Amino acid sequence: MSQKTTYIPEPELVQGNHTFGSITSLVADIVETPAPRWWYIVFAISSLLLGLLLAMLAYLIWKGTGVWGLQNPVGWGWAIVNFVWWVGIGHAGTLISAILFLFRQGWRTAINRFAEAMTIFAVMCAGIFPAVHVGRIWVIYWVFPLPNQMQMWPNFNSPLLWDVFAVSTYFTVSLLFWYVGLVPDLATLRDRVKSKFGKLIYGTFALGWTGGNRQWQHYEKSYLILAGLATPLVLSVHTIVSFDFAVSIIPGWHTTIFPPYFVAGAVFSGFAMVMTLMLITRKIYGLEDIMTINHIEKMNIIILVTGNMVGFAYIMEFFIAWYSGFEYEKFAFVNRAFGPYAWAYWIMFLCNVISPQFFWSKKMRTSITASFILSIVVNIGMWFERFVITVTSLAQDYIPASWGYYSPTWVDVLTYVGTFGLFFSHFLLFLRFLPMVAIAEVKMVMPQADPHYYDEDGNELNQANDSK
Amino acid sequence: MAQLFPEWSNKVPRLLLIGSILLLTFTVFGFWYFASPKFTDVGYAPIQPIDYSHKLHAGELGIDCRYCHSSVEVSAIAGIPPTQTCMNCHSQIATDSEKLELLRDSWETGAAIEWIKVHDLPEYTYFNHAAHVNVGVGCTSCHGRVDRMEVVMLAEPLSMGWCLDCHNNPEPHLRPIEEVFNMGWQAPDNQFELASEIIARMNIAPPIYCNACHR
Repeated sequence: MSQKTTYIPEPELVQGNHTFGSITSLVADIVETPAPRWWYIVFAISSLLLGLLLAMLAYLIWKGTGVWGLQNPVGWGWAIVNFVWWVGIGHAGTLISAILFLFRQGWRTAINRFAEAMTIFAVMCAGIFPAVHVGRIWVIYWVFPLPNQMQMWPNFNSPLLWDVFAVSTYFTVSLLFWYVGLVPDLATLRDRVKSKFGKLIYGTFALGWTGGNRQWQHYEKSYLILAGLATPLVLSVHTIVSFDFAVSIIPGWHTTIFPPYFVAGAVFSGFAMVMTLMLITRKIYGLEDIMTINHIEKMNIIILVTGNMVGFAYIMEFFIAWYSGFEYEKFAFVNRAFGPYAWAYWIMFLCNVISPQFFWSKKMRTSITASFILSIVVNIGMWFERFVITVTSLAQDYIPASWGYYSPTWVDVLTYVGTFGLFFSHFLLFLRFLPMVAIAEVKMVMPQADPHYYDEDGNELNQANDSK
Repeated sequence: MAQLFPEWSNKVPRLLLIGSILLLTFTVFGFWYFASPKFTDVGYAPIQPIDYSHKLHAGELGIDCRYCHSSVEVSAIAGIPPTQTCMNCHSQIATDSEKLELLRDSWETGAAIEWIKVHDLPEYTYFNHAAHVNVGVGCTSCHGRVDRMEVVMLAEPLSMGWCLDCHNNPEPHLRPIEEVFNMGWQAPDNQFELASEIIARMNIAPPIYCNACHR
């Protein structure tokens, strides 16, 4: 079989003939110049929403979880839905920064800082819900195995406890990873900012970074180690979140497909969220040279792949329910699609399975408008997925006499709205005060970083390419 | 460029790390030790309205516990004796004692003497005296050597962990039924065999599920 092949080089990751210096000023100038007016307006709105969140949480703690729409038989409602949704969104950051790093995907450098920040804030939003869901928040430290006079220990058999460790480990490692990556860029800002106060703050967090050879060696080693540590976490966190459901014996929850299905869904929604935020910020801050159409297309391919994995899981669940021959399981799935919550099921199916199919077309993948709309649609769909899983299985399980219909209260809704305040107020502070693109890492994938023109295998490429 | 930070600042991150680990450890262990009933409650010996001496009555005079705490073998509650019980003797003995003025007042008016509860379990805990004394848990195991106390003092922490210590491992604390009210009973050398025999004979299986005590 003879074949004529031509070498098609990857498109340049950084467009617009930038130099190292112009990349630095492109990103660092955003932090050094005064914030634009829109920033203050949006920040004020976010802070108001954050206040709303705090008020709702205070009301909840004061009155008890009865202010939510929880009632027998549905003991898990919006709070758990929101928890799983936010944690899922928080998956993209570590996937981009750890897994894509280990796979040497150079394009991650444009979005990793950004996605990691989003991860951390999303996990913060997520963590609120199970914490207040315990009801007696003042004894929340009982989730930790602390020695005490009662000799009482957490229930190590419970996936809810594994969740505590999974999410808190994930948060800690993500935060460390983000911070280690920030150190060289913080040093850049320390050296550039004019104010004494700014120098002190950035200088403190830059940990005395000088950019010396030894420091870079240590930095790259520690970054690699953290990437190795974070990689299993990407898979473990949502696996364990899925155990919250799968370890129980509720029809529709007790399935082995849950861990991979949840992880795929998490990456799906996480990438969609990164996409939404990225499309806005690249436009506003003029970062189109770094976050190029090529990046958008690659992310859309991941959204398409994970969306199809999720769609496969939806259909496979039906097949297994039928194949199991278990009446309750069969009923649970037929009831999802055609029962009282059918509206939620079909919103989910439309948003998560049908909508990403547009990305088969290159035209759609590279269209900013389409990407923006679909990224939001995907996250709406993923919220409904968690709603469908959590609520339908509980509302109609074994005994028809104890079936019910769940509706949220205004406190449920406003708490969820409030978490956007927490998320966006932190995110805006991040955009304002930290370099939103990993300056040092972007430089590593520029052609200038490879003056000898080595190819990916370390062979010297000569201009004529005659060795091939 | 001038240095932003003095040289000692190099040590700060390391000190912060060590400091926070130490602080966390000391906080946890501090609470564990200093906030446990073993530290806060043991030794509680309030002044009672009448200067009643267990040392005199139970120790030197040798009155059996059950003379006053009469329902201990048949009820969840051991019982605080009514004034009547005291007057059985004190209508004859020390009738003009100044210390007993409150007792005589109580006898005349019918108002109860307001003893201060020393062994006070929380309301959410269920404890049954009969279930314990009838299978061989001695009074002193929980109340200490009351026969040596001038003023009753809390001798054991009565914490949940302390209860569980015995419920998980009852052998060291069991004695023959006839020795339950013996204040001076000492565990023999073959305590383990003795206790194993009692456990087998009485079919003892101390519950450790929540619902046993938190009903």
